[in-house]
Amino acid sequence: MPAFWHWFVVGLTVLFIIWCVWLVSWSAKQGPKNVGDEDLVGHKWDGDLEEWNNPAPKWWLYLYFITIIWGIGFLIAYPGFGNFKGALGWSSAGQYEAEMAAAAATYEPIYEEFAAMDFEALSQDPEANALGRSLYASYCTTCHGSDARGATGYPNLTDSDWQWGSSEQAITSTILNGRTAVMTPWGQILGSDEAVTNMAKYVRSLSGLEDADETIQAMQQQFTMFCSACHMPDGTGNQMLGAPNLTDDVWLYGSSIETIRTTINEGRNGQMPAHGNLLGENRTKILAAYVYSLAEK
Amino acid sequence: MRHETIEKSMNLMIVLIVLAISIGGLVEIIPLMMSSDATEPDEGIEVYSPLRLAGRDVYVREGCYNCHSQMIRPFRSETERYGPFTTAGETVYDRPFQFGSKRTGPDLARVGGRYSDDWQRLHLMDPRALVPESNMPGYPWLAETPVDGDLVTTKLQRLQLLGDPYTDEMIAGAADDVAGKTELDAIVAYLQGLGTNRSHRR
Repeated sequence: MPAFWHWFVVGLTVLFIIWCVWLVSWSAKQGPKNVGDEDLVGHKWDGDLEEWNNPAPKWWLYLYFITIIWGIGFLIAYPGFGNFKGALGWSSAGQYEAEMAAAAATYEPIYEEFAAMDFEALSQDPEANALGRSLYASYCTTCHGSDARGATGYPNLTDSDWQWGSSEQAITSTILNGRTAVMTPWGQILGSDEAVTNMAKYVRSLSGLEDADETIQAMQQQFTMFCSACHMPDGTGNQMLGAPNLTDDVWLYGSSIETIRTTINEGRNGQMPAHGNLLGENRTKILAAYVYSLAEK
Repeated sequence: MRHETIEKSMNLMIVLIVLAISIGGLVEIIPLMMSSDATEPDEGIEVYSPLRLAGRDVYVREGCYNCHSQMIRPFRSETERYGPFTTAGETVYDRPFQFGSKRTGPDLARVGGRYSDDWQRLHLMDPRALVPESNMPGYPWLAETPVDGDLVTTKLQRLQLLGDPYTDEMIAGAADDVAGKTELDAIVAYLQGLGTNRSHRR
């Protein structure tokens, strides 16, 4: 705070404290000096009910003085008196840092102990999973749901399907760095609306949702040409690219012909934001183990 | 002097009441308004781009501040969930600031980048499609309402008058920046920017 405003605050504060002391002392001296002195304010009710000009009761006045003394004490102890930092050296940022340091001293050893454990064992440790569950509730529920069953476009974590792999390295990397799964639009490349529909039916036939007649069987050639680079020639997908397995019964965006047509025509852009700088490595491992424990093995 | 003098003179009483109630403001508010801690932007804090500014105004118009705060207090319980606590210097371009006073939904001061654009879009259209237990209303009309380029240009001009560092080029390009954008695009751009231009996010 510039010097002028420092003295502005100091000056006004001192002035108002003096004024408060004077006002309270002055009002204590008002009223009749001796018993029997007439000092009425001039109001009269019901013919004979009158108001005396008496000072406030003593206990009331003392409360005023106590608050004034308390205020002065506060100005000495805490910041507020211009640029004076206060005798206690308190600041909200300092209090926050102390709180964080105390928490780190308590929790970091626990996180480190868990992070040093074997991943498989960690995923079966009830205490680690209790921690993981709270982390999941804070960071993951908004997209993957409080029951971890996901939503349209947001993977179900309780099934046996892993878009990016189920190893410790794969799950922690997903959480730390996020994932971007891009499927580019293929409608124009396939050429016609009919080809898109047939391709959608072919994709459905891979998991047995559709009986493939000859026309649909013939789409295999185009599937091999356009789709197999990511989804593999047999449609089982590629966890390195996050390309879903098309032969199982897990459908991220839906399995209807219309939805698959939209996927083919417009592409998809699945994104998981990075959580590394929110969670740090130790907590990420605990969370990853919890997520792994949710899945069907 | 007796209190009768004050009690029986309306004008004197008005003057003294105004004086008494302005003491707190004079000592606590005026010096802060003049102090650089509260009026200078933090490192990395920049003015809103035209699209984000339009999104901010949608945020204000739809009353998002009624349920969402943008004020992370300096307590561990808050920063663990939301990110670093809010400082005065990062809200200098907010007129008015969106601190809010109630959290029916979560704090949004650091929500930028926490979810994908697609998530924000779908969530604004139909929150329960993504979060079944959510009680947030949907805002589907935002997707159908275009952003008014002329209005955004005028807003930038007025903010420049108030001292926000918008350059003339930015104002000239404002209408192009929001051309073809809907209010949904604008508010998603605004939300995705929240808390991201601080120099330290953690």
